[in-house]
Amino acid sequence: MSQSSAILLSLTLNGEPVQVAAPAHWTLLEVLRYKLDLIGSKQGCDKGDCGACTVQIDGLPALACLTLAALADGRSVTTVEALGCGPVVHPLLDAFDRHDAAQCGFCTPGILMAAESLLRRSARPVTRHEAASALAGNLCRCTGYTKILDAVVDASERLRAEHDDGR
Amino acid sequence: MLRLPQFQVATPTTLAEAVDLLQRNSPGARLISGGTDILPNLKHFLDQPGLLVSLARVAELRRIDRDDRAGRLVLGAGLTLAEIAQHPDVRAYFPSLAKSAGLVAAPTIRNMATLGGNINLDTRCRYVNQTELWRGGIGGGCLKSEGQVCHVVPTGRRCVAAMSSDNVPVLISLGATIHLHGPAGQRALPLADYFHADGLRHTHAAPGEITAAISVPLPTSPRRCDYIKWSVRQSIDFPLVSVALRFDLDADRSDAAITDVSVVAGVLGAKPREVNKLDELVVGRSFADPSVAQIVSEAAYSQCKPLPNVPYDPAYRREMIRVLTRRAIAAMV
Ligand SMILES: Cc1cc2nc3c(=O)[nH]c(=O)nc-3n(C[C@H](O)[C@H](O)[C@H](O)COP(=O)(O)OP(=O)(O)OC[C@H]3O[C@@H](n4cnc5c(N)ncnc54)[C@H](O)[C@@H]3O)c2cc1C
Ligand code: SF4
Ligand code: FES
Ligand code: FES
Repeated sequence: MSQSSAILLSLTLNGEPVQVAAPAHWTLLEVLRYKLDLIGSKQGCDKGDCGACTVQIDGLPALACLTLAALADGRSVTTVEALGCGPVVHPLLDAFDRHDAAQCGFCTPGILMAAESLLRRSARPVTRHEAASALAGNLCRCTGYTKILDAVVDASERLRAEHDDGR
Repeated sequence: MLRLPQFQVATPTTLAEAVDLLQRNSPGARLISGGTDILPNLKHFLDQPGLLVSLARVAELRRIDRDDRAGRLVLGAGLTLAEIAQHPDVRAYFPSLAKSAGLVAAPTIRNMATLGGNINLDTRCRYVNQTELWRGGIGGGCLKSEGQVCHVVPTGRRCVAAMSSDNVPVLISLGATIHLHGPAGQRALPLADYFHADGLRHTHAAPGEITAAISVPLPTSPRRCDYIKWSVRQSIDFPLVSVALRFDLDADRSDAAITDVSVVAGVLGAKPREVNKLDELVVGRSFADPSVAQIVSEAAYSQCKPLPNVPYDPAYRREMIRVLTRRAIAAMV
């Protein structure tokens, strides 16, 4: 058990061990953005309504604005920055580009993190309905969602094709 | 950006430790499970607890056990709503619960939100779930925030904020029991008796008492059940009308006779509403009898009176209780 006003967190962040000190009442989103300079995760509504702050905690999408940093201690956190770091362009990023699925882009990091978790956990290409259900908590005020869903379904088909090719 | 007030965080690993922490730091200590209700409320400065006692690391709250001898399914308060909605036993025995858990907010929130937090979800009102600035803008808060009046019932002395949990009406309709751990030990009571009509303190939890589990009796006869949720966006948003329905039958056919019935509505006042007198009206009738949908939906309509505490016209919401109840029963036959 721990009890303190400034806390020292140890987490696995985008695959790397990270230690960071923060006030006990800060959210994970505040620690990511204002202590670690990871500003990919967006601060939209800051109260659970929009999904712009979506990250993955132990592989599942979670809202960083409603996660106390103190409770992320010891867990594995993945942010949108991880998607940009591979040796090849991630199929989701490629599909978002080809389908023009981002306009202002504010919702995009959260949508990518929710979509990536869905694609990773699905053994076959996802349907449009599955993609829409998985993104039900992610608000986009620009695109009307059509191109976002096109991109997610397209990416999932490509990922599965690569997988079946054994690549 | 919405700042949280300052507090400390404790992360006990046992229920006993959590009870002890609450007691030693009371008042001023509050529980946090998934945080998806309490953190928005704290960001709105509706409370300023000095200590949050997290239940996230209390492993004993994460159990789900089917006890066939006792005929009950025991759901730990720390299970997430995503886990409950997907669990094979919940889906097989209590499809209305799988449905209601799967309709809460959105998938990301259901990965975080717990059953215990959903049962103890604070009551909601359009005048209170707002920023401090917003509340100041309408001339100050209300009984549930920093003011002295109720904006919903200005002549009333009680807060009538709405019990807005999706799962509570369903669990009551299924005859669930709540299991509590507190400074005075353990106790269990029917979930229906856990709530009372005061939006400021709408549960009978004693100070320091923690919801440890919910247990639900396994069906002993064929059953038809459903949950109705009406909301505007159909994702992310709280129910504005909610009705849980359960009919037990004497055979597994839709023209079998009704042996037991329960209809429970939420989002009225601070207490869920069990529609009464249904036994005399429909028990013994054939479930396929079209008058059943008529009788039950009229009873729900006459006994449920929505208030202007959440968005949308109360008269419209009341009409929706009738229409959606009638349609849901017709669709189950
Ligand atoms: C955008 C948004 C949409 C939402 N939509 C819905 C919806 O459609 N339907 C719905 O039902 N809810 C909705 N919610 C509310 C919330 O997400 C759920 O009710 C959730 O189940 C709360 O659980 P939690 O674990 O996050 O609770 P917490 O926020 O951790 O706690 C909620 C309250 O319960 C107390 N508490 C927590 N655990 C226990 C326990 N074991 N024993 C005693 N007290 C406890 C806390 O002190 C607090 O007062 C929504 C929330 C957001 C942000
Ligand atoms: S019902 Fe009245 S007292 Fe309660 S939160 Fe709403 S306005 Fe405030
Ligand atoms: S910023 Fe977290 S949900 Fe909007
Ligand atoms: S692209 Fe602007 S909010 Fe989605």
